[in-house]
Amino acid sequence: MAESDNIVVETAEKIFADLADPQTINNDKKGAWQAPLWQALSEAGLPLSWVPDDLGGSGASLADGFALLNAAGRFAVAVPLAETMLAGWLLAQAKIASPEGEMTVLPASPKDRITLDADGLLSGRTRGVPFAKTAKHFAVLARGKDGVSVALVDAAKARIEAGLNVGYDHSDTVTLDKVQPVALKAAPKGLDQTTMMLMGGVARSLQIAGALESMLDISVRYSNERVAFEKKISKFQAVQHNLARLAGESAAALAAATSAADAIASARAFDDEVYLEAASAKIRCAEAAEKGGAIAHQVHGAIGFTMEHILHRYSLRALAWRDDFGSESHWAVELGKLVANRGADELWPLVASR
Amino acid sequence: MTAALRFDPIRLPEKCEQLRKEVRAFLAEEIAAGTFDPHKPNREDTDAPEFSRRVGAKGWLGMTWPKKYGGPERSFLERYVVTEEMRVANAPTRRFFVADRQSGPVLLKYAPEHIKMEILPRICRGEICFAIGMSEPNSGSDLFAAKTRATKTDGGYLINGTKIWTSSAHIADYMIAIFRTSPPTKENRRHGLTQFLVKMKQPGIKVNPIGQITGQYEFNEVVFTDFFVPDDHVLGEVDGAWKQATSELAYERSGPERFLETYYVLTELVRAVGPNPDTRSAEGIGRLVAQLHTMRRMSVSVAGMLEAGKEPVVEASIVKDIGTVWEQQLPHRVRDLAAFVEETATNRETLERQLDFAIKTAPKLTIQGGTTEVLRGIIARGLGLR
Repeated sequence: MAESDNIVVETAEKIFADLADPQTINNDKKGAWQAPLWQALSEAGLPLSWVPDDLGGSGASLADGFALLNAAGRFAVAVPLAETMLAGWLLAQAKIASPEGEMTVLPASPKDRITLDADGLLSGRTRGVPFAKTAKHFAVLARGKDGVSVALVDAAKARIEAGLNVGYDHSDTVTLDKVQPVALKAAPKGLDQTTMMLMGGVARSLQIAGALESMLDISVRYSNERVAFEKKISKFQAVQHNLARLAGESAAALAAATSAADAIASARAFDDEVYLEAASAKIRCAEAAEKGGAIAHQVHGAIGFTMEHILHRYSLRALAWRDDFGSESHWAVELGKLVANRGADELWPLVASR
Repeated sequence: MTAALRFDPIRLPEKCEQLRKEVRAFLAEEIAAGTFDPHKPNREDTDAPEFSRRVGAKGWLGMTWPKKYGGPERSFLERYVVTEEMRVANAPTRRFFVADRQSGPVLLKYAPEHIKMEILPRICRGEICFAIGMSEPNSGSDLFAAKTRATKTDGGYLINGTKIWTSSAHIADYMIAIFRTSPPTKENRRHGLTQFLVKMKQPGIKVNPIGQITGQYEFNEVVFTDFFVPDDHVLGEVDGAWKQATSELAYERSGPERFLETYYVLTELVRAVGPNPDTRSAEGIGRLVAQLHTMRRMSVSVAGMLEAGKEPVVEASIVKDIGTVWEQQLPHRVRDLAAFVEETATNRETLERQLDFAIKTAPKLTIQGGTTEVLRGIIARGLGLR
């Protein structure tokens, strides 16, 4: 997933660099930067990367889409790019064409459920839905008595209680009360809520890893500029060691996230090995967000704690992304159960499976 | 734009999985024959010379080396698989591991041809054991403070001084050591050290075992008194060992041995917890497995870089830093969770015995092979901070 040899990532990075410069965004309190950015991303076909041509998308590979999300994380962009990509992916699984405009997916938490009744109507309440407030459509995974279905829902049909996550981005509660979907199809075999949560979790892992890369970058740069006690603070061994730890957390997050993305992109099915990869990525990236973010703030001193500084755009989002599609606690419990259930002698063969 | 280090998601090729099966079958046979107990960490000073020879006979030592020196010319990734399976099984690898990982590659790079022809095939056959003489009293991680002198004499050098913390010196046939051949210069404090091949069990060498807090005698003090080393045992450039030592360390720092030394307690915890864990145990196990998996992915990735002929010094240092901190914490986290294990768990005694040993092992893990502080200095240099 090197930045240089991927046309999707190159295109996205150019757009981000032009239209989503963190300092510009940070100074623009009214959010006027969002519309041109979204328009540019849409014109480049990026939000529907994971949707095949015949369903209205640009048909990029899973691998390219994941690399794109990592790049989006490096810029900590607060537009529903990941959400629209996930929604398009989910709809495409059931051969439902994607509409234009912002989308997000329901549910966004492993504990919430949307149900499909015998009349083909959708009901349920789901919390922590990223960008529900700005989405035009929802891609919904629903359970009915005949199994799992995928639906496209007009966002205007839902009741939305707006909320903000710890990174000041939309994280809303969505209630569907006997809503008629725009389109509804049975999910293919093997697609269930766990699969969707793992996909979302890996998307968030790549974004967290990207944000950590940027935190490392700006922290190293700042330590080489800031002078204290008549020395650049980068010359203090304690600061060097902190930055080395931040580099380690950033590297671990990126390794876990890219490995999981690679596993999904090349998997035939969501088997135990993919589960290990995806769950581990979310757990490890969330831990890295906590440890790495703390170091980045420590290096920046009080300046990094101000709204004027760009650091919070990365650090708070990385912390917020921990909560979407299952927190690290959730996945740790689930992964622990899986490991225990397979038995002690199967642990190493699972870890060493590739 | 970025200072971040990338660890590409290398996958082990199919031939590695085939090899893994062979190694597992071999280890199962050895366990069945009573060579070692996989549920007992290496508590005693297991010498296991016959085991070494059987591993050698399998072609699993010096795996990446040229055929003319007895190596099968296999890949780093294949070697990686053998190493991790041996480590996870708690196999007695001490007798051959240093030679295979480190000393052999140094000889390959720097020894004269006749020495290579003499020694490398014997390493491949599992016949000889190596020690590494780097640390000295008052110079551990500070390699360049080493004082043990090598004074030029007819046909060779006379060695006087003391090495310390030298693992396996009491059973080693050879040591690769650095000695001071010149004083450091003002411009370069690293100058003046030379790497030598030392034949052990000779007059002029005295090995004094040092007890460890685990109850083992694994490392030693090695005293040289007018010990003679012939000229053809100089490895590489006289006074230039500092250039040679750093690339050697990439091999030492990123392998599976850098996060699996206390792994056995995790397996035994999973066994004790059983198939239906409570939420707290499940969460604890899940987090530990996620961390283990991530480190292994990073470590395999570095093996891939070595395979591709790179020298991933910073990446290897990151793996060792995170890996050793993790394997140090692991017994303590397992102990936390073991408090909730049923009294009637079938392996409760095994788990407790393992924890006792692992907790005593843990303090050394962030010291051996380069301390955490030194590693973080290397990483900081890689970030352009020094």
